[in-house]
Amino acid sequence: MKCSEFLTELTSYLDGVLDEKTKADLENHLSWCHNCYVVCDTTKKTIEIYRDSQLYELPEDLRSRLRSAIMTKCQQHKKRGPQSV
Amino acid sequence: MGAIQNKLAGPVSEELALVQAAKRGDDSAFEELVRRYDRNVFRIAQHITQNREDAEDVVQEAFLKAYGNLAQFQEQSKFYTWLVRIAVNEALMKLRRRKPERTVSLDEDIKTEDDSLPREIADWSPNPEQQYTQAELREILSKTIHGLPPGFRTVFVLRDVEGLSTEETAAALELSVPAVKSRLLRARLQLRERLGRYFQRREPGDGKSGGARGEDVKNDKDVASGDGDL
Repeated sequence: MKCSEFLTELTSYLDGVLDEKTKADLENHLSWCHNCYVVCDTTKKTIEIYRDSQLYELPEDLRSRLRSAIMTKCQQHKKRGPQSV
Repeated sequence: MGAIQNKLAGPVSEELALVQAAKRGDDSAFEELVRRYDRNVFRIAQHITQNREDAEDVVQEAFLKAYGNLAQFQEQSKFYTWLVRIAVNEALMKLRRRKPERTVSLDEDIKTEDDSLPREIADWSPNPEQQYTQAELREILSKTIHGLPPGFRTVFVLRDVEGLSTEETAAALELSVPAVKSRLLRARLQLRERLGRYFQRREPGDGKSGGARGEDVKNDKDVASGDGDL
C-alpha cells in the first residue's frame, strides 16, 4: 500500500468499516510509515476532541425557554389549522 | 489504533411510537421529541450558522416545521434524520440571509484539487487539549471548524460530532454517499492540519513554546473567517 492509497482508506479505517484484507494492508503500512501513522493518529484525535468537546451545549434555562416557546407556537398552529406553517 | 466509537441516539422503536402518538395529536409526545433532540439541533445549527441567536431561531423553526408537516413524514427514515434535514435547511437559509452577496449551498463547487493533502506531518503533544483551559480550547475548536466551508463542516458535524451514519448524513443533506465520504475525509484532514498549529509537539528551545498561546488564540480571530473559502 502506498501513502496515497492509505489516505483514500483513512476515513473507512477510522469508521471501522474496512474489510479484513484492506485493514491488514493498511495496518502493515502504518507499522513502517511514520508520517502516515502520525496523520492517522492525529486525525483520530481531531475527531475525538471535537466529539468530546461539548462545544455549543444548550444551557438548561435557554433550553426550557425554547421548548416552551416551541410548544406554545405548536398549539397556536393547531388552533389556526394546518395551512399556516 | 482502532475505530472511532460514535454516540448513538435512543432506540428507534421508541422514537417511532412517539412520532405516531404526536401524529394522533398527542402534544406531550411531540414535546418528548423536542426534549430528545433539541440539544442536537442547537449544536448543528450553531455549527452551521456560527451564531447563537440564529441557532436559537433554527431550533424553534425546525421543530415548528416538523410539527406542522408531521402528517407528511413517511416513517421510512428515522424522525431524527428528517428533523436534521429540516434544521440544516433552516440554518443554511439563515446563512444566506446574513451573507446575501454569497451563495451558500451544500452543492457549491468545492475546490477539487488536493487541497487537503497533509503538508504538516509533525506529531502532537500527548493529550494536547490539556495545554489549554476549557475556554481557550472551545475558542480554538470553534474558530478552526468555522474555517471550513459550510459544506465540509456540516458533513463533519453530522458524522463525527452527532454520530449519524454516512447513509443518514447523505439522506439528511440530500447528497450522494460518495460525496459525503469525500467531504468527510477532506474535512477531517483540514481540521487536523489546522489544529496541528495549536497541538504540535514543541521541542524545548524552538521558540514556539510557552506563554504566547493565549495571544495566538486571540490574534487569530480575524484570520479564520472561513466563509471566505466558499
